[in-house]
Amino acid sequence: MTPLLSVKDLRKTYGAHVGCTDVGFDLFPGEVMGIVGESGSGKTTLLNCLAGHLTPDRGQVIFDTRADGPRDVLAMSEPERRMLARTDWAFVHQHARDGLRMNVSAGGNVGERLMAVGARHYGAIRAQAADWLGRVEIDAGRIDDRPTTFSGGMQQRLQIARNLVTQPRLVFMDEPTGGLDVSVQARLLDLLRGLVRDLGLSAIVVTHDLAVVRLLAHRLMVMKDGRVVESGLTDQVLDDPQHPYTQLLVSSVLQV
Amino acid sequence: MAMIEIENLSKTFQLHTQGSARIDVMRDLSLRVEAGECVALTGRSGAGKSTLMRMIYGNYLAAGGSLRIAGTDVVTASPHDILQLRRETMGYVSQFLRVIPRVPTIDVVAEPLLALGTPATIARDRAAHLLSRLNLPERLWRLSPTTFSGGEQQRVNIARGFAHEYPVLLLDEPTASLDPVNRAVVLDLISAARHRGAAIVGIFHDAEARAQVCTREVDLTAFVPGRAA
Repeated sequence: MTPLLSVKDLRKTYGAHVGCTDVGFDLFPGEVMGIVGESGSGKTTLLNCLAGHLTPDRGQVIFDTRADGPRDVLAMSEPERRMLARTDWAFVHQHARDGLRMNVSAGGNVGERLMAVGARHYGAIRAQAADWLGRVEIDAGRIDDRPTTFSGGMQQRLQIARNLVTQPRLVFMDEPTGGLDVSVQARLLDLLRGLVRDLGLSAIVVTHDLAVVRLLAHRLMVMKDGRVVESGLTDQVLDDPQHPYTQLLVSSVLQV
Repeated sequence: MAMIEIENLSKTFQLHTQGSARIDVMRDLSLRVEAGECVALTGRSGAGKSTLMRMIYGNYLAAGGSLRIAGTDVVTASPHDILQLRRETMGYVSQFLRVIPRVPTIDVVAEPLLALGTPATIARDRAAHLLSRLNLPERLWRLSPTTFSGGEQQRVNIARGFAHEYPVLLLDEPTASLDPVNRAVVLDLISAARHRGAAIVGIFHDAEARAQVCTREVDLTAFVPGRAA
């Protein structure tokens, strides 16, 4: 089976400071990979390098494209990469405000992504937007309301709808449940897990919350000082951690 | 056919946060389990019964040896391969139910089938069948099991573990907190799984249950380093 994403020897520095280095892994269709580590461990730098928001110093990010099979994203032209980001990829930001247009209606936020890939029929776009609001459990009656009138949890679900409406195959998530109430987190996790399973999505989820990765991620990478210190099946890494740092991380949590 | 083939398996825990203590818990364990066998792991507390179950499932890493499940060596397999093994081949009924709050019981039970691509209606029908067999009141099916009693949670766990007909089943005290009626149902499920050809490994503190469903017992005390000569 061809990996959906194959990362080789990725490195990104900020001057003398190492953001992340020696990172490599394969992600297969339908798999969710968690990346954990404390602030400054390089997990967000890595995510941004993978998603094309940052240019790494070296390495390869090979994505199995629909049209041409595996291609190194870093070697693509800018328009090609943008097209990928609009179609096969999605990025869910920690703060929904970074991923939404706050002065555009909820339906508009979802429809905009469809229009970016060429949808033009107003009725069809609105119907699809309404369908996706339903899937993320936002009341159809709120379709013309702006996200500024939504709660934090609703905004996050709207961001997910906006991202998934174009049926991407790979979703990058940066602390998707950060800053949300525990009950809202559970609802979001349930939603994400269902979407991953039903749509066959692959996802890379950066978080510092071990309970979130336990429930959402199949596999886990633990980062410290820009390096991956341990990786494996999520439950194996959490239940039988090998690296001193992972043991510390796991033992510092009350209950995961 | 041997569904589980374990050779010279060993396990060590290195506790870096506690003065780098190194604990050898298992050495040179070998075990073969054929299709249609139900093997009870026995031995005193600390003999490594749960540790072995977790190693078979790929939850704990081995320090050495090999552990083949339907031909795949879990010790060296990639996470991707172990995930596939868990989806298709190997089920694990643990003593703890770990679920996302608010997911209805019926969906918790149906999930292993959904993960295999079974249509939702068929998966839910199978889940409903198992839950009613295990006498879980239908009014609870739409609720999350997080607030259920210990015995109810255990039955949800068992229903989930038996939803798909895994060729390999790991059972950690499946009858521990059940009343006699449900205990009998679970023992029937185990026997039926064995007769359809599942290879089963379990921990059963309930000696009567063990006698009723198991074909053989293996005492793990012999594989604890520093105990057996």
